[in-house]
Amino acid sequence: MAILVDNDTRLVVQGLTGSEGRFHALRNRGYGTKVVAGVTPGKGGQDVEGVPVFDTVADSVRETGANTAMVFVPAPFAADAMYEAIDAGVDTVICITEGVPAHEMLRIHAYIAARDVRLIGPNCPGALSPGKANVGIIPAEIFSEGVIGLVSRSGTLTYQIGHELTQLGLGNSTIVGIGGDPVVGSSFVDVLELFEADAQTEQVVMVGEIGGDEEEKAAAFIESEMSKPVVAYIAGFTAPPGKTMGHAGAIISGSAGTAQAKKQALEARGIRVGMTPTETAELVAQLTAPRV
Amino acid sequence: MDLYEYQGKELFAKYGIPVSEGRLATTPDEARAAAEALGGTVVVKAQVLTGGRGKAGGIKLAESPAEAEKRAEEILGLEIRGHVVRKVWIERASDIEREYYLSIAFDRSAKQPLFMFTTQGGVDIEEVAASHPEALVRLHVDPLVGFQPWHGRRLVYGAGISDPSEQKQVAAIAAKLYAAFTGCEAMLTEINPLIVTPEGEVRALDSKFTVDDNALFRHPELAEMRDVDATDPLEALAREKGVTYVKLDGDVGVLGNGAGLTMATVDVVSFVGGRAADFCDLGGGGDAEGVVDALEVITRDAQVRSIFFNIFGGITRCDEVARGILQALEQMGIDHPIVVRLDGTNADEGRRLLREADAPNLHAEATMVDGARRAVELAQAT
Repeated sequence: MAILVDNDTRLVVQGLTGSEGRFHALRNRGYGTKVVAGVTPGKGGQDVEGVPVFDTVADSVRETGANTAMVFVPAPFAADAMYEAIDAGVDTVICITEGVPAHEMLRIHAYIAARDVRLIGPNCPGALSPGKANVGIIPAEIFSEGVIGLVSRSGTLTYQIGHELTQLGLGNSTIVGIGGDPVVGSSFVDVLELFEADAQTEQVVMVGEIGGDEEEKAAAFIESEMSKPVVAYIAGFTAPPGKTMGHAGAIISGSAGTAQAKKQALEARGIRVGMTPTETAELVAQLTAPRV
Repeated sequence: MDLYEYQGKELFAKYGIPVSEGRLATTPDEARAAAEALGGTVVVKAQVLTGGRGKAGGIKLAESPAEAEKRAEEILGLEIRGHVVRKVWIERASDIEREYYLSIAFDRSAKQPLFMFTTQGGVDIEEVAASHPEALVRLHVDPLVGFQPWHGRRLVYGAGISDPSEQKQVAAIAAKLYAAFTGCEAMLTEINPLIVTPEGEVRALDSKFTVDDNALFRHPELAEMRDVDATDPLEALAREKGVTYVKLDGDVGVLGNGAGLTMATVDVVSFVGGRAADFCDLGGGGDAEGVVDALEVITRDAQVRSIFFNIFGGITRCDEVARGILQALEQMGIDHPIVVRLDGTNADEGRRLLREADAPNLHAEATMVDGARRAVELAQAT
């Protein structure tokens, strides 16, 4: 099982011929992901180490049966690339690009609501289902296959926690980076819902940070809709208000979006919150222990 | 990026929202000339990127050009919540009959622009929302449809405005404010107060305008509005070098790779009893050159007593970061104690490089918490 990416994933990479796109797409293929196509307008007919390049996503879907698109194009062109992939009829779009204007994301969010497509990102590291497929920039060697779902707004922090889980002998079903922007295609709730329905996943770790209220919404969802245990971590307890902390979405606005408020919302619903990545991994291990 | 009141008002005027006539001045002389040109009673308003100007003595009336000069002299150089006033906005004084509040916020929770309108303006909107929620009209706009005339009607009828001329003016201003919000790709546009004059004219008396940094690439005219002088000098240097840096008020210089991990590092420094001097994100790359640039910014901060590198190698390779640290030590002659915690891709190689360099001020730690603890101890010992 696992979620979002697996052995059935047939990936088209938008921006395959760029240096970053090429590097990561080939890494993904090296991991075992079926990278079936690339798209770069004007370079249709070429190939990148055997991966055929098309002028449009629609061509790549028709010719190769691609069902997942990874967007690796520069920020000014990323919204267009997402719309193109959605229109070409893929099931899942994963946008790695950082720096997509927030107003574009308002429109894209409204646009996909009426369509049967799932968008992950932008400004995210992608999704990895250990042993099955890797789509994005997550270093797969840190993770092992297992039963813990991991969903996060951050990249390296996720690797840190995944690494700590691995050290404790715990593996992952799927690791999903939903992205660090104010508006992203899939929320914590969207991904938690997938984990709840996934047979492989037995437990979930949610890695949040300051800004917005998606962790608070997730807390309510976990309490009312989830049977699987969830452990959380929140970054930014000591962040000053009004400052953007690296991620465009990591900002405390007035009194809204503090780490403290998120922690309280989670704990009020019985969800354990680790204060460091290490403690978070230990909480996961404790919940797992009685079953071993 | 936050804009000054006068910049926001320039944008308001460009989108057809009525504002008072005014001039910018950076010296008392200019303030006097501005008041002469405007004629009559003027208001001298400190231009700072923070609230609470009125209470801090940053907004004053002047009945003559000579008085405007005097008031400007008092206000220029004033420090308001850590912001030094370098510019004043001189505008014709307004007679105020009533004060309203109108704003559009980027509602990331609902993922739609959010109008807020109340006839109880001139005060803190969070207070109105808490004490008189019924007096506040909240209205979302579908970003794919945009502003429609009914939005304007909902706002004015919802707030209980009955005068037809006033209804018409407020609805028109709402439409124009939405055009400014989307046209400039704003995260916030706020008019507080939106005044009604004794003659029944509706006008923006103040502006609060925040634009999306990620959209500036296609709004060069907005990008130019950035006031480099008002930015923290260390943050300005970081911007110049392409380093993601936020100045904090402690003494442990923090460097991490990735925003989330760096935030977590700042937190851990505080949990073990210290305070971070900064948030500095090396980003995904973390090559030697990036490390040198980041260290240059961090060591420029006189408050920094120790430095904590917290690196988790994914795509970033720990040996590359270690080389960067050694290169920086050689080039810059840093004598701050540096605690380094490397984990992940090529961590063993990175640790070996640091060990073999045998620099007296380098301290290796195996975990994030131990590293933070050591960096805090070293900061307190120096």
